[in-house]
Amino acid sequence: MRKQLVSFAILIGLLCAVPPIAYWLDDLFLLSLASRCLILASAAVATNLIMGYGGLISLGHAVFIGIGGYVVGIASHHAFNDGMTWLSNGFLQLVAVLVLSVLVALFVGLVSLRTKGIYFLMITLAIGQMFYLAAVGAYDYGGDDGMTVFAKSRFLGQALSGHYLIYWVSAAYLTASMFLVARLSSSRFGLVLRSAKVNEARTRAMGYEPFRVRLVAFTVAGVIAGGAGFLMANHAGFVSPAMLHWTRSGDLIVMVVLGGLGSVFGPLAGTVAFLALEEVLSGITEYWAIPVGAILIAVALYTPQGVMGLLSRRRNHG
Amino acid sequence: MVDPILSVEGLNKRFGGLAATDDVSLSVPPGTLHAIIGPNGAGKTTLIAQLMGALRPDSGRIVFQGEDVTALATPARVRLGMARSYQVTSLCPDFSVLENVLLASQLRDGGWLSFWRPAIAYPRARSRAMEELSKVGLADRSDRLAGELSHGEQRQLEVAMALASDPVLMLLDEPLAGLGRDEADGMVSLLHSLKGHVTMLLIEHDMEAVFALADCVSVLSFGRIIASGTVNDIRKDPNVRDAYLGTEGDAHA
Repeated sequence: MRKQLVSFAILIGLLCAVPPIAYWLDDLFLLSLASRCLILASAAVATNLIMGYGGLISLGHAVFIGIGGYVVGIASHHAFNDGMTWLSNGFLQLVAVLVLSVLVALFVGLVSLRTKGIYFLMITLAIGQMFYLAAVGAYDYGGDDGMTVFAKSRFLGQALSGHYLIYWVSAAYLTASMFLVARLSSSRFGLVLRSAKVNEARTRAMGYEPFRVRLVAFTVAGVIAGGAGFLMANHAGFVSPAMLHWTRSGDLIVMVVLGGLGSVFGPLAGTVAFLALEEVLSGITEYWAIPVGAILIAVALYTPQGVMGLLSRRRNHG
Repeated sequence: MVDPILSVEGLNKRFGGLAATDDVSLSVPPGTLHAIIGPNGAGKTTLIAQLMGALRPDSGRIVFQGEDVTALATPARVRLGMARSYQVTSLCPDFSVLENVLLASQLRDGGWLSFWRPAIAYPRARSRAMEELSKVGLADRSDRLAGELSHGEQRQLEVAMALASDPVLMLLDEPLAGLGRDEADGMVSLLHSLKGHVTMLLIEHDMEAVFALADCVSVLSFGRIIASGTVNDIRKDPNVRDAYLGTEGDAHA
């Protein structure tokens, strides 16, 4: 526990160091990239809760990013085009994101969590694509092309825009969601969730219903990802169906695996690694996904605990 | 006569043409240890699976403390006071020994609906878990990972986990399997010390252990109970000698 608090202190220190560096380098692109990374990482934190701790591999988790994004997008659309400026109220939007994420998570969870493994994967994929196609078909909201968020979310008169503000909010959101998942994982709920991943029959024989525990985990993960979507829409100033395409869910899985399944800091490490690889390799070749795939295979084969596993191994040896 | 803790009436389970459980009836009075013996493939584990709710019987009734539990799911039976240990060790190897037992002891101390406070920070569930760990002789191992324990220690941990859920009835599926002689002796004296406190249904191959512990023995062969009685009755029963006791030497190996 104390070791974890130290790690959180280091994390906060690192997060606070980024804006001064960007200011000093006069590089707003760097700050924007960092914000994107932190927002994606918080979605990866959500994915890690169900996948790393719960053993549930979902190909539909990007749906929740989409929910968060489209709440902002649709509100912006009506605020900008129809003069319904009250829709820009950020608090109102967050309540909508919360309610919708919970409802959708309960619906998807009730349908999918009765199944396991490949069936769970298929059902979440199918439901995810349903939402994707719904977004593509929403012509009023840009259909396939998506829409620009002209009216950013406003909190007490302050719009959620500007590179520095977005960065600080994203950093706070990531830290909070990581801390939440860290607490959850060592709580009673987390103990049962992790036990059900290792041995479902045993968990039942200890008096617990894995389905209920997983439904709670799935819902919490949905809400965290919904919040990430809310930030993403304000950061990118744009929402489109691509946000909730199943390949985005796949990216989240890759980030979590790269970082290390079921570790508190893994999702952030994995997201940084993923975006760095994308950034570096896409400069070299158009087919950057191929070497990323090769690296992922190597991680799966040789360091199942991902980047965090490598770091802690180094520490143990040193 | 006292009401039995567990009574099974006419239980049947078929897998295709095979009668895995064939009209099994038995009754276990409170505080006693009832042993079920039988050759491999006699249907012992299938019987436990039905008693615990992991398998649905085709017909028959399972009554626990006067309540018909035949249709209840496993977790509901556990909450009523049933617990089982597994033949094949099945713990969470990445959890500490203490966390494994906490999983069981927290059930009766408020359950899993707690999301913020660390599971190990609940004093009552924790002291309950430590109590069971010292009963089985693992108190000094509580911080180790369960996967790092020896096979014998893992079997002890299994029993501690079953005990920590505060059961009225424990179903023990071959707790001596794979133990060395000394470890087996330790387990037998542990189970002996539990007699009178917890009602136990024991499935075991080790005849010496069964004869030392059991108040009542039932012999299972091809899914049927072919004999039931005290240790002495069973020793003398000619059917049992034919079906099983002739292989006693093998069972010890």
